[in-house]
Amino acid sequence: MSRPMRFHLFMVYTFLFLPIGVLVVLSFNRSGLPTSWGGFSTRWYGELVRNEQIREGVKNTLIVALGSTIIATVLGTLLAVGIQRFVRSPFVESAILAPAVMPDIVLAVGLLAFYTMVEMPLGRLTVLVSHSLFCMAFVTAVVRARLAHVDPSLEEAARDLGDTAVGAFLRITLPSLAPGILAGALLSFTLSIDEFVIAFFTNGPRNPTLPQVIYANVRFGVKPDVNALATILLIMSVLAVLSVQRLTRPTDTIEAS
Amino acid sequence: MRDRAAALERAALLGPGLLYAGVLLVVPLGLILVYAFLTGGRFGAVDTPVTLDNVQRLGEPVFRDVIFTSIGLSATATVIALFIGYPAALAISKLPRRWRTVAVICVVLPFWTNFLIRTYAWVVLLNNEGLINQLLRATSVIDDPIGLMNNRPAIVLGFVYAYLPLMILPLYAAIERLDPQLAEASTNLGADPLTRFRTITLPLTVNGAFSGCLFVFVPSLGNFVIPELLGGGKTATLGTLARDQFLKSFNWPFGSAVVLVVLVIVFVIVGVQNRIASRIEGTNMKATP
Repeated sequence: MSRPMRFHLFMVYTFLFLPIGVLVVLSFNRSGLPTSWGGFSTRWYGELVRNEQIREGVKNTLIVALGSTIIATVLGTLLAVGIQRFVRSPFVESAILAPAVMPDIVLAVGLLAFYTMVEMPLGRLTVLVSHSLFCMAFVTAVVRARLAHVDPSLEEAARDLGDTAVGAFLRITLPSLAPGILAGALLSFTLSIDEFVIAFFTNGPRNPTLPQVIYANVRFGVKPDVNALATILLIMSVLAVLSVQRLTRPTDTIEAS
Repeated sequence: MRDRAAALERAALLGPGLLYAGVLLVVPLGLILVYAFLTGGRFGAVDTPVTLDNVQRLGEPVFRDVIFTSIGLSATATVIALFIGYPAALAISKLPRRWRTVAVICVVLPFWTNFLIRTYAWVVLLNNEGLINQLLRATSVIDDPIGLMNNRPAIVLGFVYAYLPLMILPLYAAIERLDPQLAEASTNLGADPLTRFRTITLPLTVNGAFSGCLFVFVPSLGNFVIPELLGGGKTATLGTLARDQFLKSFNWPFGSAVVLVVLVIVFVIVGVQNRIASRIEGTNMKATP
């Protein structure tokens, strides 16, 4: 690789990581200011844990993320297998992916109008349902990628040997899809935890999710305990990305067989 | 018997998901389409008189400005991201194999960090008491803080930073797919690196570039967080306008019309992209008999 290219790549990674790195460093700064180093301290992590607003946000976010992940994983997995077996139309495929690629504000506004029309009170449940919709699209995509590596003749063999359709699905197909399903679930969970725009539109006033709490905090300037929160979320994202990466490795099938 | 079992299996697998997506995707999108042509009532209610008022209002100079500003900011960010992302993807593809995975993960990683926090990080860097201003003052380059944010360039910077990973990934995937024998052949036939890039790499990665541009442009267009946090709320965009119509003015029909504009722009771009992509694929096919 030529030197200018190496330098360019170095600059790109600096650009991507410097802002986040600054937050991580500042989260251990006793003074809490970006400008003066007051010594190493975990003070802001303590403040974070004591912050009632943030604790509530974490609770709401976990409820929403868990619920939407369960719905998205079950429906998305069934959908992926169903599409593989029965659907030949590219239109249906792109329609199912639509919630994942559509600008989030479109989905947010449409769902708000929908919940209002059917008189469903806005709150954690409406956010949960909204999140499960776009998470389902991601689960479907991830599980379908995994399905490409699974031999359909295995399930056929089980059924020829007298297993029921449901039994063969549960005993043969599902276990061989497990890494993909797990990766999809993990992806859903991470996406839901991070999602802001749809929550902002479809949540009621009483139970804000964590991103909503963060938004309310950073709208009016710099807040040192947000730095600590950023660091924790960063570590969680790193773990999630590495796990998904491991689970979706195409080499898995080769090792298994 | 066999047919009935297959139909049952089909319904059990596809039914729940399609029903769920059908209700939660088709109905809301339909509502936006319908509301855009209705009259606003009080507090988000909609009234039945069908009207073109909302769509016509978008033609007023104020709102036309918003549309063009939004397109301009998103397009600028897309072009900048392309010029940063293309060489970066090319450089990653030239790394030794084992380092490539690490390099790709490192591109994805910031993207998985909470979007609000990534934007907030730039507030910490750019505000008047922020890191950059303090550094410049400490080194006596400036005496008074210079306004680095609450302007349009800061919005573009925010868009580029937020969506650059989405530009690099499809570009890298496209470059990875290139057949190395093509490059070898062109070198053997006497092509210099620049010619090789122009005649082989570039045309064969145009589709990756299109995907990347779409992945940057589309989310930028409806974004209201970055214009607010880094733009200081001074620049109205399609995103901030839609938010205000829905959550502040409670004029849902006009808000729907604004969101409809976002959708139409996205559809037009995707349509044009597909057209161009299939045309390029066609000429590539002709070029390689």
